[in-house]
Amino acid sequence: MHEYAVTQSLLKLVLDEAKRVEASKVLEIRLVIGDLSTIVDDSVQMYFDIMSEGTIAHGAKLVFRRVKAEFKCRECGEVFIKPTTGFDCPKCGGLGMPTGVGREFYIESLEIE
Amino acid sequence: MEIKVMKNIMHANDRLAEENRNYFKGKGIKAVNIMASPGSGKTSTIMKLIEAFGDRASVAVVEGDIASSIDAEKIDKLGNPVIQINTGGGCHLDANMIKTAAESLQLKDGTILFIENVGNLVCPSSFDLGEGIKMVIASVPEGHDKPYKYTSMFELADIVVLNKTDLMPYIDFDKDSFYKGVKALNENAKIIEVSCKTGEGISELADWMLNVQVSHNPSV
Repeated sequence: MHEYAVTQSLLKLVLDEAKRVEASKVLEIRLVIGDLSTIVDDSVQMYFDIMSEGTIAHGAKLVFRRVKAEFKCRECGEVFIKPTTGFDCPKCGGLGMPTGVGREFYIESLEIE
Repeated sequence: MEIKVMKNIMHANDRLAEENRNYFKGKGIKAVNIMASPGSGKTSTIMKLIEAFGDRASVAVVEGDIASSIDAEKIDKLGNPVIQINTGGGCHLDANMIKTAAESLQLKDGTILFIENVGNLVCPSSFDLGEGIKMVIASVPEGHDKPYKYTSMFELADIVVLNKTDLMPYIDFDKDSFYKGVKALNENAKIIEVSCKTGEGISELADWMLNVQVSHNPSV
């Protein structure tokens, strides 16, 4: 829902990194985004295309690596992908808890020239 | 050529949030980020708490809204320092807004600073403000499924307030399911049931707020 603000932050970070390594062009931006982050990929790309106009990052392709939300059962320790309706363990029915996997929200790398 | 970055996308916000956190810590300010749906009773809870604190705490308030100053005017009538932030369509407050607001409020040491976020259970959870306490308010008419749908919000909360309990007899609210959802995500979260209408639970919430120790660690 807040893709505008996220894209602003993303663009600034990309341009700072590109400047640091004296890049002349940013070709690709590889992002790792957990499913719990509530970000819509297409929307970020759309904002990015508009906001990056006139910068060396204009035209860069955003590549999203999505990470599924993992929960861990409090009873049997099973690690499972969060079911769509609750937090119960598919193996024993115990109550799951978040493991942190699925909250990723970072830039992994840039392809530059 | 590929270069490794490995930096959080919210880097700029997080850095400013850290500055806010240090500022609050240095002045012994308890900053409370209040997040909830529109209409769940954020402003009412703040007003009830101010009343319940009496002279036990000095309170200042940051009111975040897309537009209007309706809420800030209510707080102003109580005589507490208040500042309105209009985000002009933005769905959340960010650390920079809080930095500016905190400076202009000229907060006294030891103040409890309530930060009423924009009514929204999604976006505010992604923006660390530098607060010491995250309070999530859910209200009975919204239904018991909120923790299951807005997991990040409930996962990060230090305290979950269940408001409008006076409406419980009229609404199919499955309290066990609500508690189970919150505890699954966050077994350390304190849950307090209140009714801003009848005043039930407010003194318990006020006492919790006055006594809670602030961790001053980022949790987004």
